[in-house]
Amino acid sequence: MSAREDTLARIRKNRPAGDHPLPEVPLFPPLVGDDLMAEFGERLKRMGGRIATPVAGADPFAAVRERLDGATVIASAVPEIAGNRDLAEVARPQDLADVDVAIVRAVFGVAETGSVLFTQNELRVNAVAYLAQHLVVLLDPADILVNIQAAYRRPDFARAAYAVLHTGPSATADIEGVLIHGAQGVRSLTVILLPRA
Amino acid sequence: MSIEDQGLRETAPESDHGQDGRRLRHAEAATKPVAVKPSAAKAAREPQPRGAKIRGDRPIDQAEAAERFLAAPLHQKAHDARLWDLRGKRDVAAFGIPEWEELRELASQIKTHTLANLDRYLEEFEANAKANGVHVHWAADGADHNRIVHGILKDHGAKTLIKSKSMLTEECGFRHYMAGTGIEVIETDLGERIQQLDNEEPSHVVVPAVHKTRFDVAEVFARTMGTDPENDDAHYLAESQRMHTRPLILEADAGMTGCNFAIAETGTVVTCTNEGNADLSGNVPKLQIHSIGIEKLIPRIEHLGVFIRLLSRSALGSPITQYTSHFRGPRAGSEMHMVLVDNGRSERLGMEEFWTSLKCIRCGACMNTCPVYRRSGGLSYGATYSGPIGLIIDPTFNKRKYSTLPFSSTMNGSCTNVCPVKINIHEQIFAWRKVLAEEHQIPLLKQGMMKAAGQVLSRPAAYRAAIGAADSALKVLPRFAVYNPLNTWGKGREMPETPRQSFHSWYKQNRMGKTTSKTTDGEK
Repeated sequence: MSAREDTLARIRKNRPAGDHPLPEVPLFPPLVGDDLMAEFGERLKRMGGRIATPVAGADPFAAVRERLDGATVIASAVPEIAGNRDLAEVARPQDLADVDVAIVRAVFGVAETGSVLFTQNELRVNAVAYLAQHLVVLLDPADILVNIQAAYRRPDFARAAYAVLHTGPSATADIEGVLIHGAQGVRSLTVILLPRA
Repeated sequence: MSIEDQGLRETAPESDHGQDGRRLRHAEAATKPVAVKPSAAKAAREPQPRGAKIRGDRPIDQAEAAERFLAAPLHQKAHDARLWDLRGKRDVAAFGIPEWEELRELASQIKTHTLANLDRYLEEFEANAKANGVHVHWAADGADHNRIVHGILKDHGAKTLIKSKSMLTEECGFRHYMAGTGIEVIETDLGERIQQLDNEEPSHVVVPAVHKTRFDVAEVFARTMGTDPENDDAHYLAESQRMHTRPLILEADAGMTGCNFAIAETGTVVTCTNEGNADLSGNVPKLQIHSIGIEKLIPRIEHLGVFIRLLSRSALGSPITQYTSHFRGPRAGSEMHMVLVDNGRSERLGMEEFWTSLKCIRCGACMNTCPVYRRSGGLSYGATYSGPIGLIIDPTFNKRKYSTLPFSSTMNGSCTNVCPVKINIHEQIFAWRKVLAEEHQIPLLKQGMMKAAGQVLSRPAAYRAAIGAADSALKVLPRFAVYNPLNTWGKGREMPETPRQSFHSWYKQNRMGKTTSKTTDGEK
């Protein structure tokens, strides 16, 4: 018999006796207050991310303007800003190794954790969110969900080939508990609260 | 090329503090520095204690390795403080959620249900993964897994493989197997990479190099990557690894990850990581492989709303890992493989007293809270899985080799209390002792071993110093465990009932005000 048939047969022979129904998962009350923007920003900062709320009429990218001005290669996946590396023209993910700043829009944010969700549709090339040195994320305040439970009731996870929650930048503390951003992925993650155009 | 040439100094340690100026404690970060003072370390030049001596199938002498760990006070103290700090962070995170106990119960029930219907959920997962364009493989055991992955790599002419940390591939001995194939395997998790370069197994399921000081890491990196042996700054070391590994990531022919959760209804593999290396492994090379232990199945996406809330809080005290990644289908022009690995799991399912160990989500909370683990180091167990969960899983792989491990416990029950899926770990430890004794797997040296272990635990001075003045009930736990060791060794007695309340309140009710050092009747 094949490994598949062997394993399935052993499971059928060995399965624990008794009736073990799948429990209903209740909707838990959110752990956050009503001001989802503030709650989201506070959690994101605790996870090493940065938050910016643009002033109406001013440069929406003011918080990262210095970073953008200092960047040689900017890969933008959003209409709000033009980069100089067209993600539609990238043949191989490896070609994004020199990206200084990548700018993408999140599907939604999660107030409980300060997370943002991307799928392959927002990233265009998935690897850009990890190969870039810095990541700038646009998030519509109207797209902030209360908690993780609400996030997993969204249809995006069942539809996307790739979906990922980012909560702050790449981090490690594998050496003596010393926190370091940019272990392998992005060194910083800044969320700009900017309504969809 | 020296590191200085690469302009590393511009990466200032701004990661210490957040945008609001407050100290950051996310990921595996310690709440306060636990670093050994350079003067003390330099003066002592304490070499890293190595793990248990492996001699074929002969029983592991955990106590012997633990003795050597204890004889290295700089390592022992830092290790103990670091893991106790993670345990403290876990408590803060857990107590911050009113429904914590309800979540644990739900997680436990969802796992019970899934394991009781595992054949059905595996078939559902397989059908959905195939419909998503994924190649699905089944591996009977570790050797089978290694052959399958090797075959996939050979078929694609792959010469290098980048991978993220996976306890399953450790369990399969995948790296050792691949060493003879001419295909280079590159670990990309920092801790795991340190262990790979030092030719040592990971000592902890979440923080693989937690038993090493930064001086040890500096020595390993100087020897293997040519870094400055005198520079033991963690930022310098981590950045050096980034610069060293990045070209390998870009040039890799294939990428590989493990799996935290596999979703039956969608055929999705979920990984929970902090560094972003799993996403690099899954998104950069044209070929991606995900190795999945069959017990990782959960029925639906919505159940992640339970497990994701528990996992990182239990492991690190963070509300979530930096990256929670959901791999469902291949990218355009790339190929995706999933390998479902049994390796004894379907057999364990039939072990009446032990099958619930299959619920484990590998958070490491039981390790962080265990006084024996914290004082002896993960490598002293001589097995893939160490600490309390290791004591009850390892004997299922090799009864003789791991026959002594279930005796490396004070039976304080703390592991059971912190387990996010409510595995009755300490009861299973006790049950294994009975099984192994009845089957005469406990060799003649049992008595001597237990005596040695007793000696280890009866030396509380270092321990007391490490935890300082214990002013909270939670901090008292290891004192109790240490003051109370000998009576827990080898005496048959009533085991505590499965707690229905938190350890905190249990402790208050049962222990506060009693003179723990004079307690002679064990836990109950």
